[in-house]
Amino acid sequence: MQTRNKGWGDPLILAPVVMIIVLTGPLLAGLAGVVLPAIGYFPSLGGNQITTEFMREVTLKPGFWHSVHLSIWIGLATTFISLALVTSFFASSRGTTLFNRITRFVSPLMSVPHAAAAFGFAFLIAPSGWLVRLVSPWATGFDHPPDWLIINDPMGQALLFGLVLKEIPFLFLVALSVSSQINVDERLQVARSLGYGRVWAWFTVVFPALYKQMRLPVYAVIAYATSVVDVSLILGPNFPAMLPVQLLRWMNDPELEMRFVAAAGAVWQLGATLFAILVWRLGEELVAYMGRRATINGHRHQNDRWFRFSANTLITGVVIISLLSFVILAIWSLAGFWRFPDALPVQFTSKKWIASAGALWVPVINAMLIAATATSISLFLTIACLENEYRRDIEFTPAALRILYLPLIVPQIAFLFGISVLLVRIGWDGSFWPVALAHSIFVLPYVFLSLAAPFRSFDRRYLRVATSLGQSQNRALLAVRLPMLLKPILLATALGMAISIAQYLPTLLIGAGRVPTITTEAVALAAGGDRRLIGVYALVQTLLPAIGFLAAVMIPRLTYPNRKFFR
Amino acid sequence: MTMVQNDHALRLKDLRLFQGSKQLFSIDATVKPGEVLTIMGASGSGKSTLLNLISGFLAPSFSFSGRVILDGVDISEVPPEQRKVGLMFQDPLLFPHLSVEENLLFGLPAAGTKHERCERVRSALDAVHMADLGERDPLTLSGGQQSRIALVRVLLSEPKALLLDEPFSALDSGLREKVRQFVFAQAKAKKLPTLLVTHDQADAESSGGQIITL
Repeated sequence: MQTRNKGWGDPLILAPVVMIIVLTGPLLAGLAGVVLPAIGYFPSLGGNQITTEFMREVTLKPGFWHSVHLSIWIGLATTFISLALVTSFFASSRGTTLFNRITRFVSPLMSVPHAAAAFGFAFLIAPSGWLVRLVSPWATGFDHPPDWLIINDPMGQALLFGLVLKEIPFLFLVALSVSSQINVDERLQVARSLGYGRVWAWFTVVFPALYKQMRLPVYAVIAYATSVVDVSLILGPNFPAMLPVQLLRWMNDPELEMRFVAAAGAVWQLGATLFAILVWRLGEELVAYMGRRATINGHRHQNDRWFRFSANTLITGVVIISLLSFVILAIWSLAGFWRFPDALPVQFTSKKWIASAGALWVPVINAMLIAATATSISLFLTIACLENEYRRDIEFTPAALRILYLPLIVPQIAFLFGISVLLVRIGWDGSFWPVALAHSIFVLPYVFLSLAAPFRSFDRRYLRVATSLGQSQNRALLAVRLPMLLKPILLATALGMAISIAQYLPTLLIGAGRVPTITTEAVALAAGGDRRLIGVYALVQTLLPAIGFLAAVMIPRLTYPNRKFFR
Repeated sequence: MTMVQNDHALRLKDLRLFQGSKQLFSIDATVKPGEVLTIMGASGSGKSTLLNLISGFLAPSFSFSGRVILDGVDISEVPPEQRKVGLMFQDPLLFPHLSVEENLLFGLPAAGTKHERCERVRSALDAVHMADLGERDPLTLSGGQQSRIALVRVLLSEPKALLLDEPFSALDSGLREKVRQFVFAQAKAKKLPTLLVTHDQADAESSGGQIITL
């Protein structure tokens, strides 16, 4: 009945297809690449008989079951503690000055790479770390570092708390963005005018709606914490280690036969993560059941002073510890001679910085190039998809949204190993493009999620004005929509760069160790224990994303110095 | 196509708008050059959808029968950027990343050198006594100034008809009358058939043309 001009309409319709291929193609190929060897099929290594031998053999490795339990436990506990702290704080203080103050720290903390945060945390809490130094010897009487096993403790508690520190900012930002979509204030007003206390009102009328939309990010946290490698290498237990760390050792084993075992282990890892998510899912049902009963029993729970005080203190503590971790990295990177109980080094020196400058170039440039490539690909696809949505008046369904989370919910180590096996076969391992493309898989979801809301809520009348002035839809996109969305686009870019720079496993496994980045180099230092050198690398690792965010804030002001719109 | 002379008029020939199979309204009208046709109706009556139909932005959930004829040409199936139908909304919608002058250049067709184009923009501003506003950030202008600049931008794009979607309702009442007179005078001077959608009786009366209630 009517015709609409589609501009690049026809190629644009491919955008969602390409996006789904980018998100699921490598994932499926990678899964095939581990499942097949796990059941004995790996022709180039002479495996062409289907067998359950390897799936069984891997369970006989020393400490295997312990590793599996550890992974499941760390995954569930990290997620529970992080979510509990974030929601308690939202319930206690959303809208207060403290809340706004904390919020300002959260985005920068989210952009700190996991490995750097873990190093900083280790430097704080180790027996010879800053916290003990600050209270020694006057309060503790220690002249020597106490003989405590804090870092790499067998129970994984250092790992657990290190992960909690990093997952809190993530869940905080997710909760913040969901809160803006579910008219929190009206819900709270209704409940509070019925006499319910602030915290209880939030948990009964806001939390259910909030959690419904937070579920996928929460599952991503579970998956991440059950299978994390870099933070485990720094803070986690050693003998036995987390399952993903064990897997990485087997994958790097020079004996080729171990490939089958590693692949079987990766399948177990998938199972462990899936199991953790299932347990969580059952927990959800239990909480929902108990919550519903508690909601309708009429108690108002008006006295929540202690709850609010504890939640506020804990979150403030988390922010302070995160900031101190950053400070201690800087101090170590500049430390000269530093005797144990002293709170500060005797002198400061830039010696380590100067000595490492030459070695830092290659990994920094690699990291930036990979990040720029992966982010450009992600931005291009995201904008093409969103513009296609607009021109065809369609929107991603919730089912399609789940695809976006797929690379964040399937453990990286499980499918990246499969991809690397395939790449070795076609001889593409250890080069730039496969690494950059692998990074795009993980960057794309974040870029899309961060850009989708501002892009969709853009006032379409601007585009209609542009078009009715005689400009094509493409001109309207390039000359009106994209420039007006400069701020969110730059923020999405900075976020994408930060996500890419922090990636450890994709760089290591797909790059076969031949594409070193600042993150792989920093994590490699963990075993050495040269705190000054670690300080330098971890600080550079933190500063790279920070530069991106700074640029995202500055560029609009510099390109449009006289425009109120960009202030 | 039926025989119509090139008379610069906007004809809505037996236009019926449907949402699914439900008919929202039907209209049959001719707007002669320089005349204003006012469409009134409660919110939800589909008056904005009528403007979307004429300007080519009808959402896929709607369909229509009948024709839209502008200056003797059937534009019902023409892409929006080729219809030469100028749009003004309740908000001026000046592009906030461009200066006033750049906004107007955006509206001006591509013909001519850069210098000639700038001259045309300047004389257009001059003609409405706003020559000194060219360098300004649109967001620093008053509401009335923004509305007038928005109209100049539309007129520079050389439209053959003007569609006004409650363009005065965001202005306070003192200014409203002034801007209203300005817009109608410009439309008349350029001999543009003009369609005004409003729920404000005063708008309708001051337009001086026929009034249709949906």
